[in-house]
Amino acid sequence: MYKILQKQDLVPHVHLFKIDAPRVAQKVQPGQFIVLRIDEEGERIPLTVAGWDREEGSVTVVVMEVGTTTHRLGMLSTGDTITDFVGPLGVPTHIDNYGTVVCVAGGFAIAVIRPIARALKAAGNRVISIMGARSKDLLFWEEELRQASSELIINTDDGSYGRHGLVTEPLKELLEQGGIDRVIAIGPSIMMKFCAKTSEPFGVNTGVSLNPIMVDGTGMCGCCRVSVNGVTKFACVDGPDFDGHQVDWDLLLARQRSYLDEEKLSFDQWRAKHGV
Amino acid sequence: MAKLNLNRVDMPRQDPKVRAHNFDEVALGYSPEQAKEEATRCIQCPKRPCIAGCPVDIDIPEFIKAMSAGDLPEAARVLKDRNALPAICGRVCPQETQCEATCSIGKKGAPIAIGRLERFVADWERDNMPADSQSVTLPPPTGKRVAVVGSGPAGLSAAAEVARLGHDVTVFEALHVAGGVLMYGIPEFRLPKAIVQAEVEYVSSLGVKIELDSVVGKMMTTDELLNEEGYDAVFLGTGAGLPMFMNVPGENLNGVYSANEFLTRVNLMKAYLFPQYDTPVSVGKRVAVIGGGNVAMDSARCALRLGADKVYIIYRRSEEEMPARREEAENAQEEGIEFKLLTNPKQFLGNDQNWVVGMECYQMELGEPDDSGRRRPVVKEGSEFNIDVDVVIVALGTTPNPLIAATTPGLDTTRWGTVVVTDEATGRTVKDRVWAGGDIVTGAATVISAMGAGKRAAADIDAFLRG
Repeated sequence: MYKILQKQDLVPHVHLFKIDAPRVAQKVQPGQFIVLRIDEEGERIPLTVAGWDREEGSVTVVVMEVGTTTHRLGMLSTGDTITDFVGPLGVPTHIDNYGTVVCVAGGFAIAVIRPIARALKAAGNRVISIMGARSKDLLFWEEELRQASSELIINTDDGSYGRHGLVTEPLKELLEQGGIDRVIAIGPSIMMKFCAKTSEPFGVNTGVSLNPIMVDGTGMCGCCRVSVNGVTKFACVDGPDFDGHQVDWDLLLARQRSYLDEEKLSFDQWRAKHGV
Repeated sequence: MAKLNLNRVDMPRQDPKVRAHNFDEVALGYSPEQAKEEATRCIQCPKRPCIAGCPVDIDIPEFIKAMSAGDLPEAARVLKDRNALPAICGRVCPQETQCEATCSIGKKGAPIAIGRLERFVADWERDNMPADSQSVTLPPPTGKRVAVVGSGPAGLSAAAEVARLGHDVTVFEALHVAGGVLMYGIPEFRLPKAIVQAEVEYVSSLGVKIELDSVVGKMMTTDELLNEEGYDAVFLGTGAGLPMFMNVPGENLNGVYSANEFLTRVNLMKAYLFPQYDTPVSVGKRVAVIGGGNVAMDSARCALRLGADKVYIIYRRSEEEMPARREEAENAQEEGIEFKLLTNPKQFLGNDQNWVVGMECYQMELGEPDDSGRRRPVVKEGSEFNIDVDVVIVALGTTPNPLIAATTPGLDTTRWGTVVVTDEATGRTVKDRVWAGGDIVTGAATVISAMGAGKRAAADIDAFLRG
């Protein structure tokens, strides 16, 4: 059993969980993920880590309520336990002194890009972070990300805070100005796809963190198959980071929809049971 | 001397029409009367060839003798003396090619049903003897610590043996339950999970600690176990968990599963109880399983039980070359699974939603024998034809997960990714204080061969630790 040391509601429907997992905390690196399971009947879901404290032995993840499992997580509190929390899994994000790096985070991926931005900055990079969300009330960790970066640009789709528009717009402007050595984009697949499409004409290497459906997360099942440069890869062990210019985005998006009917059935039933 | 009885006692099984729609165990096991009748067929021949056929050297005539005499506690003791997991082995061992193949009576009639007797004794013990009365007397602790990586058949048997020899054992398991392929791979209707867990508990009762959710190679490395965490020896029993695909067009369509994924969803995650359990699985109406081994049979029979109307086994050779146990292939056919033999997929066909809707197949014919001694399947030119399917399960075998080899400097591996051992009789690798056994060494094989390897390595680890 793994204890929730702290649960914090960051914005509506987005929660932070600090989990007591000393073994994971010792080894985890930016860009890696964990797999958790709430209880005996729960599914295994992968979550990229948002932080850790090696001394305290804790690992932090941020969860947005989407389906049954994430809503069930949302109902847990500090002091509760979950049955499984395994990691660190996947290959860490490659940290190097590239020069100037643009880190683009969409939605609740703001949480997972922070340790990456921080590591890049510590490695000597000038880090320009772009954080975007649909509207102001979905933004969090503005100060935290500002501190992890050399420069911070904020975007909202509806213009309620920061720049009005999609994150691809400031990204494009920065690329047009030149001097960008690398882009890292993390968020919903569709956002990562368009960030990669934006940077491709400029020939700037763009790392993305893919989030296909997984079961075990250790290379055993192949559920997370993605196509990169025409070659099938397992995102759990070969990734989750890949070259965004080589990812077959349509395949990823289609495979993510594999269980839409089942997910809806499960969620409807859960909601009926809990009167949500 | 009593007249030889050449016919074995049949074991009752669920009716095929009924069992095709449930996940309850297919084979129902002997009644006490049936078990005794079968046991008394054993002539206690002086040569005892059955023992040589057993990879873990169970004293088979001795446990059968105790059964004939009605002393079931003694039969259980004899069994467990050599085999920590008898209820599992009694169900999934290929006895027909091992102990039963060498049975003296087999020369004249049906060999003694050793597997069914083993199963009976193990089940009887679990149901009738309190767990504490089963525990063996352990020798005084040696103070030596052994780490076992993986809790499948190889790891569990190695752990049990090493613990019985007085060493302190910790098993590291990547998944959330112990048992490895016994939990995620073999379906409930062939090997009930409660039985696996009961045998895991027996191993724990020997003092073995099991750490779940622990991915060696990620959370800690083999070298860290040896050099920082104070283990004196490490046994690698991580199996062959990496699924192979065919590399044909359309393989990444939605609805195309590896058998590992399909079976993991169904068995480990209990997708057959969805939505009570949260993990779903797609079954569709028409399912094609590619392959002819036991895993293919398990996948096909799961798909049928989950409600598929039509399930095909697609196999590129003929029935004679099928690697599946005869009994399992027959069970599958009885349940209504259709074998499309000498057939091989050319590509999988999808719709505009990326879902598989069919496959284009070749007819094959058998040519000259290949390296394996089986006749090589050859494509019949111009023989392409289509089959409509909405789910495909690729069951073409597995190779070892590269994680351990990649994170353990000093191990020697083959081009198939298996770990090299210097001597099969000891399981020693070329790396100091590291042993390996089971599928990680042999590539995908049987539960019992992995258990045998675990046992042999345990004996050598013990010899090493005692210097």
